[in-house]
Amino acid sequence: MFLAQVVGTVVSPVQHPVLDGERLLLLRVLRPDGRASGKTRIALDRAGAGPGERVLVVDEGNCGRQLVARENAPVKTVIVGVVDFVELDGELVYDARAGADARS
Amino acid sequence: MYLARVIGRVVATRRSAGLEGVALQWVQPLDELGAPTGRALVACATVSSGPGDLVHYVDGREGALACPRPFVPVDAAILGFVEEAERGGTRIGER
Repeated sequence: MFLAQVVGTVVSPVQHPVLDGERLLLLRVLRPDGRASGKTRIALDRAGAGPGERVLVVDEGNCGRQLVARENAPVKTVIVGVVDFVELDGELVYDARAGADARS
Repeated sequence: MYLARVIGRVVATRRSAGLEGVALQWVQPLDELGAPTGRALVACATVSSGPGDLVHYVDGREGALACPRPFVPVDAAILGFVEEAERGGTRIGER
């Protein structure tokens, strides 16, 4: 699992049927300290996340298939949580209530 | 899953069993600004996409699962068209 920031939304009217009705979000993958890693992902939202929020993401097929409860679903990247706090090396590096990096 | 642009097609008449009728297309992954990032790759198209289209794709075993027959030697598949990708109120990936 990794952390990411929701940076946008993706609208896909024609797609694999297993994705119908699912919300797709554009993610900026983050390093532990909250900096951007340079990677971009698209994920299904199973946590009610919105733009700007920091989220917990699984990027593994078995997890994806369990979450959509469909055998052979081609789903890999799923948002499974919205992050409240992140602590790294004993330091608070992210606080959702502060709305930004706790250090900045 | 990734955002990408279809940049070309690949035709291979002789191919592994199970891949009959599956369209192969070049996809260039895009970053959150819609700019190309990383290497282009060949993916199976499960929708009727073509060069110039903005799409999303999946890699790994899930690529094979998206194909008409799930046990095929495929490691990436286009899952759908992206009609609109928006970042902070601005549309990305438009031409």
